[in-house]
Amino acid sequence: MNMLANHLRQIRQYPSAIVGLIIISLSIIVAIAVPIFIPYSEAVRLWRGGEEIWAESPRNAWPIWYNWIRSEKLPETIIFNSSEGDGELTEEALSKDTHEKLFIYKFDYHYNEFPPELILFSKSAFSEKQPHVEMTWYTPDGRELRAGSFSPGHSDSFRFSQDDRLQRRLERATGIDGILAEEALFDDPEQEGLQVLQGTYRLEIATLLFEPDSNIETTFVSYGLVQGLAGTDHQRRDLMIPLLWGTPIAIAFGLFAALGTTIITMGIAAIGVWYGGLLDAIIQRITEINSIIPLLPILIMVGTFYSRSIWLMLGLVIVFSIFGLGIKNYRAIFLQVRELPYIDAAKAYGASDMRIIFRYLVPRILPMIIPQMVTMVPSYVFLEASLAILGLGDPVLPTWGKIIEDANSQGALFNGFYYWILEPAFLLMVIGLGFAMVGFALDRIFNPRLREH
Amino acid sequence: MSHEAFPLDTDASNSVNASAKKARTTTILRLLQYSALRLLALFFTVAVGVYVTVLIANMGGYVDEIRRSQIREGVTMSVGLDPEFRKLPEETRNSIIEEKVRIAERRYGLDKPFIIRSFTYLKNALTLNLGFSESMSSDSGSRLVKNIILERLPSTLILFGSANLLLFFLSLSLGLSLSRHYGSFWDKVVLAMAPSSASPSWFYGLFLILLFAGLLGWLPFGGMVSAPPPENPIKYGLSLLRHMILPTLAMLISSIFMTIYSWRTFFLIYSSEDYVEMAKAKGLTNKMIERRYILRPTLPNIITNFALMLIVLWTGAIILETVFNWPGIGQLYFKAIGSFDIPVILANTVVYAYLLAITVFLLDFIYALVDPRVRVGEGSHN
Repeated sequence: MNMLANHLRQIRQYPSAIVGLIIISLSIIVAIAVPIFIPYSEAVRLWRGGEEIWAESPRNAWPIWYNWIRSEKLPETIIFNSSEGDGELTEEALSKDTHEKLFIYKFDYHYNEFPPELILFSKSAFSEKQPHVEMTWYTPDGRELRAGSFSPGHSDSFRFSQDDRLQRRLERATGIDGILAEEALFDDPEQEGLQVLQGTYRLEIATLLFEPDSNIETTFVSYGLVQGLAGTDHQRRDLMIPLLWGTPIAIAFGLFAALGTTIITMGIAAIGVWYGGLLDAIIQRITEINSIIPLLPILIMVGTFYSRSIWLMLGLVIVFSIFGLGIKNYRAIFLQVRELPYIDAAKAYGASDMRIIFRYLVPRILPMIIPQMVTMVPSYVFLEASLAILGLGDPVLPTWGKIIEDANSQGALFNGFYYWILEPAFLLMVIGLGFAMVGFALDRIFNPRLREH
Repeated sequence: MSHEAFPLDTDASNSVNASAKKARTTTILRLLQYSALRLLALFFTVAVGVYVTVLIANMGGYVDEIRRSQIREGVTMSVGLDPEFRKLPEETRNSIIEEKVRIAERRYGLDKPFIIRSFTYLKNALTLNLGFSESMSSDSGSRLVKNIILERLPSTLILFGSANLLLFFLSLSLGLSLSRHYGSFWDKVVLAMAPSSASPSWFYGLFLILLFAGLLGWLPFGGMVSAPPPENPIKYGLSLLRHMILPTLAMLISSIFMTIYSWRTFFLIYSSEDYVEMAKAKGLTNKMIERRYILRPTLPNIITNFALMLIVLWTGAIILETVFNWPGIGQLYFKAIGSFDIPVILANTVVYAYLLAITVFLLDFIYALVDPRVRVGEGSHN
């Protein structure tokens, strides 16, 4: 053990290993912190919650830092929620029953691209008579456009680009057939083609309430093309959630699988070598049979027919990797170790079989195993991602592989949503490199034969 | 040898010739015997492996339950929709349904206990009697699973075969040359890049698609030939090559540094052997030393390594083909999962088991050819 500690101290001489260690410790810290700050149930609710939770974020928005590296600024999401006191509000009683609520939302628009969507959400309280909503759009150059009117239900939304009357009015105003409402409202008429007119816009929403107890609150959302530090996916979900929650899952899967398979394999190889004979022969034959059974297809079958739980997959991976090719390597080493004099000495003082195996045989090859174990972690992390890409990821948990799967099935590369793939891929690569670099350095420390001549 | 033996020299050389010939025939015989034994053992291994696969695939009768309920649903639907049966009283109708379900289950062999059926499955799988698919069909319209798979196999073989060979020979020669220039700049580069192999090929594939297809637009996003496929065979070949570049590159990037690194380490160990030093002392050329004193004795290990690489890549095919939309058996697998086509999934697993087994057998056979211990008959017990 002392030797082990000495070896570990040598790791300081390898800069790549230090970088790797920093990466590993950072990711372990994140892996521990994330479940504390975003509890499992909350993560699942956010991830599986659907449109309701994410109604106010845009689809397929780039991360916000994308604006920092480009000259043409992409719009951010602008939200006015009257129930939270955004905007100006004036109320006026028109008659005994009828009163008017006027919401004025004023905002600066200094971006070079049009917003992808404009939606007005409304929540109203009434018993019989629906309120009436009338919207007017004021551009920075002083034009005034009737933006639409509707009578909302208790919970309603008005999508600017899906209103036929608004569409026809805007087509007439701009003279362009099939123009999108979002483009027409922000277009600069002085410029050739479609150009955003930058400046302060004003949306006035006049609502008429026909009952004394009737009330209405409105939320206006001008969706952006950038959102949050991670961007959003096709279901408007913030990618930060799966990116963060993917860390503990990836680390846990990789570490457990690597540790589990290596330790059990080593134990089995040691037992087989020590007892020899029939037991050893059986272990050898099982290894051969196991080498014929294709692991990934088996996982796929179990995932398709039975359950896609990540822990079941982890268990299967361990079970099928135990009798992997490692057993033959360990066996070869144990066969040599068995003949060493100190084993004879142990036998002579009457040590039990188990004591010899686990106190004398196994520790002897630990130095060779530890680097291998560390190097194996990334391959299991990637295995989890691979399963997710095949659509066999855990159905509940948000993981990195799931992001890549979504992105791939939505044609993210083809449609140019590169962030969608690059973010999880970057994390996968960083974690993979971290473990691999440490593993390689350990290998060179523990197996010095190859270090220097 | 005494001096009197001299006149008998020609006889002696004859007998030496004869004994050499005899030795060669016994060697061939031994080789055949060894191969036959290995083949037998391997077949047994495959049988057990496939049987385990059948057991897992069925999940202890779980899949049968799915199929039973499918049959029942289908029969109930067809009886319910038939106007002739609708007039009958409830009880008669139910008994008709039961009868029909029983017949259908018998047709699919579901009435026999699972143990018996599992052996039928095993026999069918081993004889590649793969049955009909449930929903998928081959491009020529056949529903036979065998046809569907055979149609896809060549495209997998062409991509993975060529990528593998390229990777193998490239890494072998580069590894050998690096081991001769130990500690040089390129040696350090390869050493530094080796951890890049932690990521699988599909992962690099995504980046390559992003770069060369998405941003630069030089190469296609995926597929095997451009659509519509060119009529001219030369153009067809060129189009195929163009589509092969990215997946091959992805495979190369994901494994080449690690492979070169391990070859270089491996050759390094062997080139410090005494007999190599001896050859150097004799003044042999570098090429000769490499060929005769380094490559020759390490041939068995090289071949083992090649076969192991093949095995890893076979499994990697499933995802790489999916990412690159390559119409091989890997992608077929993916599609079969998507459409829940059980016979195709099972058949694919069996084909994979066979591919692995064939790889292992070829490995054993070539091993026997090159390993003198096996040839002479000493090390034939594995």
